[in-house]
Amino acid sequence: MKKILKNSGVQSFLASLVCIILGMLIGYIVLLIIEPSGAGEAIVAVAKNFLGYSKKSMQMKYLGNTLTKTAPLLMCSLSIIFAYKVGLFNIGAAGQYVIGSCACLYGALVLHLSWIPCMLLAAVAGGIFGAVTGILKAYCNVNEVISGIMLNWIGLYFTNMVLVQAKDAASAYTYALKSGGKAAILPSLGLKSVFGKNQYVGIAIPLAILFALIVWVVLEKTKLGYELKATGFNKHAAKYCGMAEKRNIILSLVCSGILAGLAGSFMYQTDMEQWQVTIASVPAMGFNGIAAAFLGGLNPIGAIFSSFFIQHITDGGSHVDLNVYCAQISELISALIIYLCGFVGFMKYVMDSRLKKAEEKAMENSNTEASDKQVPDAETNEKGGNK
Amino acid sequence: MEQTYAIEMLNITKRFPGIIANDNISLQLKKGEIHALLGENGAGKSTLMSVLFGLYQPEEGTIKKDGKEVKINNPNDANDLGIGMVHQHFKLVECFSVLDNIILGVEPNKAGFLQKSEARKKVMELSDRYNLQIDPDALIEDITVGMQQRTEILKMLYRDNEILIFDEPTAVLTPQEIKELMQIMRNLAAEGKSILFISHKLAEIMEVADRCSVLRKGKYVGTVETANTTMEELSALMVGRNVSFHVDKKESTPGKEILSIENMTVASKLHKNNAVRNVSLKVRAGEIVCIAGIDGNGQTEFVHGLTGLEPLAGGKITLCGEDITKATIRQRSLKGMSHIPEDRHKHGLVLDYTLEDNLVLQRYFEPEFTDKAGFLKRKNIREYAEKLIGEFDVRSGQGPSTIVRSMSGGNQQKAIIARELDKDPELLVAVQPTRGLDVGAIEFIHKQLIAQRDAGKAVLLVSLELDEVMDVPDRILVMYEGEIVGEFDPKKTTQEELGLYMSGAKRM
Ligand SMILES: Nc1ncnc2c1ncn2[C@@H]1O[C@H](COP(=O)(O)OP(=O)(O)OP(=O)(O)O)[C@@H](O)[C@H]1O
Ligand SMILES: [Mg+2]
Repeated sequence: MKKILKNSGVQSFLASLVCIILGMLIGYIVLLIIEPSGAGEAIVAVAKNFLGYSKKSMQMKYLGNTLTKTAPLLMCSLSIIFAYKVGLFNIGAAGQYVIGSCACLYGALVLHLSWIPCMLLAAVAGGIFGAVTGILKAYCNVNEVISGIMLNWIGLYFTNMVLVQAKDAASAYTYALKSGGKAAILPSLGLKSVFGKNQYVGIAIPLAILFALIVWVVLEKTKLGYELKATGFNKHAAKYCGMAEKRNIILSLVCSGILAGLAGSFMYQTDMEQWQVTIASVPAMGFNGIAAAFLGGLNPIGAIFSSFFIQHITDGGSHVDLNVYCAQISELISALIIYLCGFVGFMKYVMDSRLKKAEEKAMENSNTEASDKQVPDAETNEKGGNK
Repeated sequence: MEQTYAIEMLNITKRFPGIIANDNISLQLKKGEIHALLGENGAGKSTLMSVLFGLYQPEEGTIKKDGKEVKINNPNDANDLGIGMVHQHFKLVECFSVLDNIILGVEPNKAGFLQKSEARKKVMELSDRYNLQIDPDALIEDITVGMQQRTEILKMLYRDNEILIFDEPTAVLTPQEIKELMQIMRNLAAEGKSILFISHKLAEIMEVADRCSVLRKGKYVGTVETANTTMEELSALMVGRNVSFHVDKKESTPGKEILSIENMTVASKLHKNNAVRNVSLKVRAGEIVCIAGIDGNGQTEFVHGLTGLEPLAGGKITLCGEDITKATIRQRSLKGMSHIPEDRHKHGLVLDYTLEDNLVLQRYFEPEFTDKAGFLKRKNIREYAEKLIGEFDVRSGQGPSTIVRSMSGGNQQKAIIARELDKDPELLVAVQPTRGLDVGAIEFIHKQLIAQRDAGKAVLLVSLELDEVMDVPDRILVMYEGEIVGEFDPKKTTQEELGLYMSGAKRM
């Protein structure tokens, strides 16, 4: 039992679970404070999400919605993980996601390309953004967080500017793909019928899982992963043994950017949502990727589950009864839970030190027990003296 | 009358995965004494001291201070009890200045505002009093290991600690600095401070310590008064056999020229002058050339320039007849250059990697370890690591899968040496290769260097250790302020003569 608890993977998992429960609890308390009568119902609605529907086919349909949005989230968290293993914090994933979205929508709606070229455009655009951050980092030692944040904004306004070409003058949203670029919609692979005729479900979901596996294999099993992680742990040693550390920094940010760019494609090429060209804040997808990455223990496989969970909670938020609570509550509750997910590392640390303390105590107890047996006389004498 | 000890560690047991680092060890430190701790690499010395300093909690055993039992849960507790420690691998903040590092955690302040000038005064006073020269405003990442060491010592003195733990303080100091440190330790002891002192250098222990406790493979062997013992006896206690302190070697038979350096100049990070100025030298196959000198005279920059870690400001390097002045580090390595770096933690190892991954750090890309598709051949890596671990006696808790960070300092060094020697280089650049090794391991490494030489390889040794400088090489070059100021035949010179050149009093 102890052995299992000491395993780092198990610890990560438990820590994530504790964080989730804590997040739910705090969410519940907030709901209680605002309006006690509906709190229980509301938090259950958040946790249930699609399970809240009674009909099986509806459940599947809404599960399909959650999964469709999980795919881009997973890609964003993979992007974060990939860079993180090389010691880089790619907060620019949010902007790489935006520019990826821009590229695929431009390809679909303006150039009328089919889905594969659109996807490639998104990957290239994300990769270019990653490369800019990487080159600045490697050659000018510009912190990747700073340049990433700046690029997020550049990407956002650039996208708004470009996609004006792909919309009606009357609307703030780009054309739906089904009217403006049918060829670019990702194929459904027959998944549509499995998920209650949900037309958004498609190839993005298995592709995202495939990418998670690829990232895991690259990081753990290949020479490239060995080099990248060595650079992340100790860049001086990487340089000393002749690894091209500058190239590695750029390469890892390019890969990271490609993953985030593809996230944009996986989001908008399902045609589930359209880009709003008046939007003035960077979409949360890239940032939620950070939470998903950490909740998944910075492990690509873990990220599959954590991304699903985060999307599940986010969607669940929309099921809160809006007659009782104001409209923002759903985002507040899911944000709270996601926020708590960031504490996984801390939780793990707490659990580990608790375990050690408990062990020490057990050790001490057995020691004193042993010595008690050896010197029973002294014990009784002392007790006698006390009387 | 019963003696009260400043510190008593009784029946301490500390286990790590796969190994008992301290097995029922007791140690008693008298007030005002200098107590040495001796033992092979991995014997458990650092662990025992870390227990005293509150970094590790022992599974069993008690600690008493002045006869009273105390519980030391963390380094803050230790500091409150007046226990200070200079770690084997320094714990300094790289991007802070020397002064900031010294006062870190105990910054003098008025209403929350730093009072640095006061601190600076106290630090400079201590620095003068104990002759520990530092530049208070230099950044840690820019200064030599020797100066980092002095910073650590000042850190301890600044906190007015009365129990001082020195974990291998002399491994990185020059002979002159060691003499000064010995004097400092004697003064401190005379002031009533008690000192625990770990060293692999028996001569130092004999000279400065009152008593010496010996550990072997985690177990306590015994404590001896240094006045009643000899170096031979100590080393026998420590490794369980007699160690020869003298290096046996045949006459060298130098062959063709392997390395030629012409007018190498390297800029300094610390000051405007060049750290290495117009250095020219040659190393031939089958000879060991040693660059001797006091730490900080350009050796580090020289080696960085030679191995490609720093660009040259001028000059030309030829390896085996090929111009490598502009070659990358990897190209130099593939052309047959091996490098045992000065700073094993910064350059030599990826501490969070396993031992096996570190052992292939220079060769992971070879077909033996990576297949055509770019996948690592884990099985081959494991086998190779096991071979090196066996050959070089690298000791650790969990063999090839041990995380290197948890290994003892000496065994980390052995891992680097194993990796660099097994590359079968044409030219081996070895900087302080025996730093932190026990006498048995030093004997082994010296034999390995000579075996390289006898196999027709060129060896360029950079050493601060005068014994090593006199014993191992076939030719000695003395470096002073970035220039080669003298060339000597070790058989025809003396340590005193070298000393004059190393200190700049004489030059050729
Ligand atoms: N944090 C740790 N986790 C696991 N094993 C450890 C840890 N610290 C030390 N060890 C193991 O305990 C043993 C003793 O290590 P220690 O550092 O005390 O040796 P040492 O006597 O200081 O040796 P050296 O002279 O090489 O510095 C080593 O085998 C080492 O691998
Ligand atoms: Mg040690």
